[in-house]
Amino acid sequence: MKARITVTLKNGVLDPQGKAIEGALGSLGFEGVEGVRQGKYFEVDLAETDAGKARAALDEICAKLLANTVIENYAIELADAKSGK
Amino acid sequence: MKSAVIVFPGSNRERDMLYALETITGVKPVPVWHTEHEVPDVDLIVLPGGFSYGDYLRTGAIAARANIMAAVAKKAAAGVRVLGVCNGFQILCESGLLPGVLMRNAHLRFVCKNVDLEVANANSDFTKKYAKGQIWPCPVAHGDGNYFADAETVKRLEAEGRVSLRYANGTNPNGSVNDIAGILSARGNVMGLMPHPENMIEPLNGSTAGRGLFESVLEAVA
Repeated sequence: MKARITVTLKNGVLDPQGKAIEGALGSLGFEGVEGVRQGKYFEVDLAETDAGKARAALDEICAKLLANTVIENYAIELADAKSGK
Repeated sequence: MKSAVIVFPGSNRERDMLYALETITGVKPVPVWHTEHEVPDVDLIVLPGGFSYGDYLRTGAIAARANIMAAVAKKAAAGVRVLGVCNGFQILCESGLLPGVLMRNAHLRFVCKNVDLEVANANSDFTKKYAKGQIWPCPVAHGDGNYFADAETVKRLEAEGRVSLRYANGTNPNGSVNDIAGILSARGNVMGLMPHPENMIEPLNGSTAGRGLFESVLEAVA
């Protein structure tokens, strides 16, 4: 089973990299960009075929390593077990 | 005083640390490779500076999950002094031995220069050889030293005297909240700091003020 995980900074946590990207977009002439927040994206392949068990395992994977929950949130998206193969 | 220095792939200040510990304590420290499951019986465990695992994922994140860190956590729980410098501080935060996190420097640049440190708590096992309010020069060299924790945690650290060192005279090099340069664990036996006291121990360094930190531990464990 495949999973897509996005890790994003929590609201209120300063994101200097996002700010720098926002500034660069302004320099390139893109108008109306009101904010940029940078995050991370992971694709994880699991042997598990049960969606519930997979989600539980991914939850632990995210909390223990992929995200630092002091400053980051994470979202788990499971690909359909059939189409994901 | 017996000491150990934990070495990870990508550590690069372990030799400076080994040299400083031997020079100041008079006893050769033991280097311990990260794959080990046990830390030898020592009075001080040091996590040195560097770029463990190339700073992949987040600084210190992978190293914090290495075999040896479970053993370090066990020792810390038993009251053994643990010191993390620079990447070592990042590892301590990632492993949960210290609260908060070290984020990318606010100005996004790597900083390598001397800063002024003010001793905010001179009662700790790591700072007792200094006077409260004493200001001393110390080098920093990092890209991710911007200390951050939620407002409640910062308030608690301040109220409990767990901010041990602060950047002074406007030299905060990274945007750290409350100019925090170093913090202590609740019990006071674990300290992390971004600056490198091990590089301020001989006249050739421009100052020997960094010795005070190691001499404090020496006195604390005596």
